[in-house]
Amino acid sequence: MSRIVILEERCKGCRLCVEACPVKVVRPSGRFNRQGYEVVEMDGKCTGCASCAVMCPDAAIRVFKSAGKSREGAGA
Amino acid sequence: MTSANDLRPRPGEKLVFDVNPVLNERVTHYCPGCHHGIAHRLVSEVLHELGVAHKTILVASVGCATFTYDYFNVDSVEAPHGRACAVATGVRRARPEAVVFTYQGDGDMAAIGTGESLHAANRGEKITAVFINNTVYGMTGGQMAPTTLVGQKTTTTIHGRNFSNEGGPIRLTEIMAQLQGVAYAARCSLDSVKHVKEAKKAVRRAFDVQLAGLGFGFVELLSGCPTNWHMTPTAANKRIATDMIPVFPLGVFKDVGAAEANAVKEPGNA
Repeated sequence: MSRIVILEERCKGCRLCVEACPVKVVRPSGRFNRQGYEVVEMDGKCTGCASCAVMCPDAAIRVFKSAGKSREGAGA
Repeated sequence: MTSANDLRPRPGEKLVFDVNPVLNERVTHYCPGCHHGIAHRLVSEVLHELGVAHKTILVASVGCATFTYDYFNVDSVEAPHGRACAVATGVRRARPEAVVFTYQGDGDMAAIGTGESLHAANRGEKITAVFINNTVYGMTGGQMAPTTLVGQKTTTTIHGRNFSNEGGPIRLTEIMAQLQGVAYAARCSLDSVKHVKEAKKAVRRAFDVQLAGLGFGFVELLSGCPTNWHMTPTAANKRIATDMIPVFPLGVFKDVGAAEANAVKEPGNA
């Protein structure tokens, strides 16, 4: 399964990724980072499309795509 | 919480999205949801793909993007307010081998620096200008900018911008496209995944024309300012789509090197 990793100290909790995710697996986590922002987390089956990372203004998302699928990662 | 192991690909996984080395690790000072971060990443990705970061000189402007030079791993010069294109002219002429770009907001490029920007463009200086349009003066607290939409409330137009008093929003890309020295002029938006991907292609072209020596490369990026629009970042993105794009139409307004660009088009350039 593909996954995203949130670099929590970079996240500012703007939630543009939550909006951008086409399969709605990114959600606010209820946890706060050192700057006091509520960070997001992944919950569910990620497709590795990288839409969240494309919209992230703070480069806080790293995307790993599981191999074996025919579709290539989107990048951007 | 994330551990160091999570940040590496596990067996059967491929890292498909990560920060490129042209953008450094520093957390930006921008507000949550500010599109400057996306614009920075697009520019850095283009410089990384072109492999020119080592000879790139950034001319930073004044505004929220003043500290741009903190976030790029390239050499940089800070220009006086509005004069980034004039400084870039000198930099490029003194160092013809360098790749020179300016990164300016609407207060810098469309207000105080209109003269310098238009004349640098008209001279066909071989530089690239990245213009961030968020219809407001961000750093100074949300005053009216030349790009402010008619009817938009700001701290200096508290009843909304009135056309008969303050005029209408200036459409800089259309003006740039009229000038003979401009090789590429495009307007893109950063409000959705599709538009961000299109914006990256436009930024790439704006650098391509400089590298090909064709002239001035100009790209305008419609951006959100959630703080001064008094909106959530998500609502700000919607405002770009509903309010800004009808006034600032997206598209490529001039591309003198389009034919040769198609010939050297690289695959996989999302």
